Amino acid sequence: MTELLQVRGLSVRYGMIEAVKDVSFAVSEGAIVSLVGANGAGKTTILRTISGLLPPVAGEVFFADQPLAHLPAHEIVASGLAHVPEGRRVFPRMTVRENLDLGAFVCGQGNNIDADLERVHTLFPILAERAGQKAGTLSGGEQQMLAIARALMSRPRLLMLDEPSMGLAPLITQRIFDIVAELREQGTTVLLVEQNAQAALSLADKGYVLESGSVVLVGTGADLLMNEDVRKAYLAE
Amino acid sequence: MEQFAQQFVNGVVLGAMYGLIALGYTMVYGIIQLWNFAHGEIFMVGAFGGLAVWTALPESLAENAFLALPLIFTAAVFTATFTAVLVERVAYRPLRSSPRITALITAIGVSIVLQESVRLFYPDGKRPQSFPGLVAEGNFSIGDVRIPWVSLFIVIVAFFAMLLLQAFVHATKTGKAMRAVSQDPDTARLMGIDVNRIIMVTFAVGAILAALAGVLQGMKFRQIDFHMGFLAGLKAFTAAVLGGIGNITGAVLGGLLLGITEVMATQYIPQGSAWKDVWAFIVLIVVLVFRPTGLLGEDVSVRA
Ligand SMILES: Nc1ncnc2c1ncn2[C@@H]1O[C@H](COP(=O)(O)OP(=O)(O)OP(=O)(O)O)[C@@H](O)[C@H]1O
Ligand SMILES: [Mg+2]
Repeated sequence: MTELLQVRGLSVRYGMIEAVKDVSFAVSEGAIVSLVGANGAGKTTILRTISGLLPPVAGEVFFADQPLAHLPAHEIVASGLAHVPEGRRVFPRMTVRENLDLGAFVCGQGNNIDADLERVHTLFPILAERAGQKAGTLSGGEQQMLAIARALMSRPRLLMLDEPSMGLAPLITQRIFDIVAELREQGTTVLLVEQNAQAALSLADKGYVLESGSVVLVGTGADLLMNEDVRKAYLAE
Repeated sequence: MEQFAQQFVNGVVLGAMYGLIALGYTMVYGIIQLWNFAHGEIFMVGAFGGLAVWTALPESLAENAFLALPLIFTAAVFTATFTAVLVERVAYRPLRSSPRITALITAIGVSIVLQESVRLFYPDGKRPQSFPGLVAEGNFSIGDVRIPWVSLFIVIVAFFAMLLLQAFVHATKTGKAMRAVSQDPDTARLMGIDVNRIIMVTFAVGAILAALAGVLQGMKFRQIDFHMGFLAGLKAFTAAVLGGIGNITGAVLGGLLLGITEVMATQYIPQGSAWKDVWAFIVLIVVLVFRPTGLLGEDVSVRA
């Protein structure tokens, strides 16, 4: 398998705080890779840096063998990398449909987005029903679905999800993870960031455990789930 | 009653111009949370740009409103847009991540620079310049209410400009991107939106509307001068806050409310005209006491 995303020696600071220290990992084409870690481990920081929202102090990111360093965020999306941010971040005063249109922003003006709309409506039928509703008035679960659907509208090769289960009931969380599995079946590569290690690692082909900004464990999802330290730290045993 | 209707019409005309300027204030604030205090000067520079081209026209052209008006508007729009985009690029963009007060003080500095530039470099710029009326002089009447043709022209231009703005913001890709940036700039970038480009477009759109207002004001009062942007800017700022910061419909509404209040207070309150420019702020204070977010403003804390 080829590596779609490669992160090498990435370090990121906020002023004096070193939030990410020399982190390296890779995501193979067609895989689901999970980054797990406690609050403040640096997961969000890593995703925001890959997307170009934060500048790294050291390290490199390669996407489809192209270096992303110094590309502005809007060009990174256009190269096929979509990011569903932590906390959903739907545009609250725009309708569901407008949010989806914005997701397709990088697909050229003349491009027909109907097929993409149909695809996300099949995955999330509720979004078709609520097309005219303001996104800010959706429930948390619906907002998460919208955020994922919006990211899919850009036809990404790699989908990065930052804690999609945050604040959701177990049933909804399960649905979201089912859909992540389905997306992989359809050929999308997924980088999944989660505190919910159980759910994320059961789904992942490969997992990385982060602790205060560094990778402390690597393994297949199944291996990590069996690992004593992981079970103690993240699965409350 | 007749007097009331007459004053109401006058208020709407004044308010339409305030509204046009207020739109630029509110859109720029909505997108980068900057009170662009140089926006009044963009309005002034637009009026001067229009006048400069009119002055340069051969007499046969200058007297023909059908040819001269489009030329004046085009010149005003180009001058204002060019100035606004340049100011954004040179003065504001480098300060994008500085504390807000830095940008605010810069805006005040920019407004002084623009005023002084016109005063010094426009031929005889320190004196008021007479501006062509162009639209037929005289009035038409509805019942007993007499309405100058130029007032009708102002309301029509303002109305269509606002209509076009609504269509732009809601129906075009760039307009949607603008709203996205104002709601959540980081997430907008994740959609592939070039935020710097959108900010530039926002300054340009605000400048176009201000330039229209500049020409309209010149046509109405038949005179412009280098500090006309100060008071107009202050009133438009008030209108924008009144309507709700960042809210486009609010800016128009705030402008109208302000124009009408001003005219009515001048007419009906004893000594009202001496206080002509104070009513705006009294209305502002009263509204903010009861509705701190302005008339149509949403809870600003949502986007903090
Ligand atoms: N804007 C910021 N300014 C300063 N420090 C920050 C900022 N954002 C994050 N940090 C710090 O960087 C570290 C990593 O934060 P990050 O948000 O990446 O963690 P996380 O793994 O996503 O946590 P969580 O699971 O709670 O979302 C934390 O110590 C945090 O306090
Ligand atoms: Mg996080």
